[in-house]
Amino acid sequence: MVAIAEITPRFVRFLGARAVVESGKGMKKQRVGHYKMTYLSKTLILCAGLALAGCTNPDRFANTGADGLNGGGALAGSAQDPASPLYFQQTVGDRVLFEVDQSNLSPTAQSTLAGQAQWLMSNPEYNAVVEGHADEQGTREYNLALGARRANSVQEYLESQGVAGNRMKVVSYGKERPIEICSEEACYVKNRRAVTVISAVPSS
Amino acid sequence: MMKQFLTLLMALFIAGMPAFAQDGPLRIEITEGVIEPLPYAVPNFVADNAAGAQFGKQIADVIASDLTGTGLFREIPDTAFISQITSFASPVQFADWKAINAQALVTGAVSVDDTGKLVVRFRIYDVFAGQELGNGLQLVGTQDGWRRMAHKVADQVYSRITGEGGYFDSRVVFVAETGPKDKRAKRLAIMDYDGANVSYLTDSTSIVLAPRFSPAGDRVLYTSYETGFPKIYVLDVASVNRRSLNTAEGTMSFAPRFAPDGRTVVYSLTQGGNTDLYRMDTGSGVSTRLTNAPSIETAPSYSPDGRQIVFESDRSGTPQLYIMPADGGEARRISFGQGRYGTPVWSPRGDLVAFTKQSKGRFHIGVMRLDGSEERLLTASFLDEGPTWSPNGRVIMFTRETQGAQGRANLYSVDITGRNLKQISTETGASDPSWSPLQK
Repeated sequence: MVAIAEITPRFVRFLGARAVVESGKGMKKQRVGHYKMTYLSKTLILCAGLALAGCTNPDRFANTGADGLNGGGALAGSAQDPASPLYFQQTVGDRVLFEVDQSNLSPTAQSTLAGQAQWLMSNPEYNAVVEGHADEQGTREYNLALGARRANSVQEYLESQGVAGNRMKVVSYGKERPIEICSEEACYVKNRRAVTVISAVPSS
Repeated sequence: MMKQFLTLLMALFIAGMPAFAQDGPLRIEITEGVIEPLPYAVPNFVADNAAGAQFGKQIADVIASDLTGTGLFREIPDTAFISQITSFASPVQFADWKAINAQALVTGAVSVDDTGKLVVRFRIYDVFAGQELGNGLQLVGTQDGWRRMAHKVADQVYSRITGEGGYFDSRVVFVAETGPKDKRAKRLAIMDYDGANVSYLTDSTSIVLAPRFSPAGDRVLYTSYETGFPKIYVLDVASVNRRSLNTAEGTMSFAPRFAPDGRTVVYSLTQGGNTDLYRMDTGSGVSTRLTNAPSIETAPSYSPDGRQIVFESDRSGTPQLYIMPADGGEARRISFGQGRYGTPVWSPRGDLVAFTKQSKGRFHIGVMRLDGSEERLLTASFLDEGPTWSPNGRVIMFTRETQGAQGRANLYSVDITGRNLKQISTETGASDPSWSPLQK
């Protein structure tokens, strides 16, 4: 807070409509609070907290293709092993694509999802998070809602194919995590997607 | 692109009546018309003691940057000065300032008192009338708050000459962006309205989106993925402490905004793929559903009196703008132009809505009246979005992202007349600005 007083005697004003104080003496001294916070130290404390949270519940973006982050036990099975997460990603196909502004599933998408459902039912030790994404055309908020619609379409389809609803979660990233970064339809078509990310069920 | 923009400006020029009231006191009427910027001089503030010496030029420079940055004022460089201000108390030689056509003159003195506080005094003169414009003022603050004191002086100059509130002593909270488009790191940051004094409010562990100031500027709502799912948090700016809003497990919540009461929050909540509007009392944590439709309802913003909400919905098939009562109920559509409309924000004066418009492959920031009339597009680019109003409702800040693999987000501001488009310089990429009220 900066205190302001009129130089010409009569009034002492706090600008910002806090108060107008009568004063016959002019230039009344006002107590002034400290404006600048010590952000540095506080931010450091906060960061430490976030880093811990990040370890247990990372805000991870899983589009890693062959580098094995998709699924806790990925390294145990090669892409040839039908029970491996790599097989799910590469052979079954972990993603489906959407038309502009749409969340309905094309025949190709339905066929991919039928394969995903089969795999999930054969491999009950894995759960899935369905991530919905949008291309960069559109506002941030709308794209978040649109990505949620897409993820939900996939979840509902998997459920209709027999996957238990409680094995799946949905999340929307809107336009925050494109996989292709050009600003053309060739990239947009790949970014309008829902990706089924599997991970091993934690043993309890 | 530039040509389009120029055309827009020219159209405004022709449509508006130039208004530069020269009768009576020094005055700029801010209207649609393009006015000749008002020439003014702000000599370095006189140091009243040795400790104040380092501040004299700095303060004058910030005042000049604020005023000239509005596009309404033009600074006369000190190389043109005939007389120098060497004493704050001595009479002003009006003839010398008239001779260089300085219509307004700002003089000041600066010192550090025996408690270490910075003391700034200033006077504003109407040179051609040969008299002071309002009373001189004294500001007392901490030394590291010298920029704020300069902004306060500039706010006084601006408001005395335009008759409207200023906006220089204000802050902007935004998302600082680093890294490539497909791995972009985002963290909340806060800075002065002109880009100075940046500090960070979160780290970049989690994606953070769309911070929004509380009406008093003391807290910030934002969306973070720190649980793995988008969820709304409220952060205290001074302590940087934060907590999440109490939304149900298995839902996603985003696009929060405070009501004018500073206690109620309106936001989007997604459940089963469907996004609707809710509001929550942050004290009790009790939430109320405001819309119930299979369409997307998002980006809500309260009217200044808190009685209505403007929001975005695709219930008609494409995203459009609607206004409904703050308790929910029947909504009326207000956007009827060609294209898609989003992120409406009610103006502080209550008479306009700023929005993002997408049309023919381009994005615009625009304003319209509450009934959708007098729609005016202020900008055009590959991607402009997310307007926020200056405290006095005269300027809009927004995000502009450049095209392509190397695309970067930056903050820009533009007057609601469509004039004076400029980038706010930031070290990192920057998006999702929210402008604070004037500081106390």
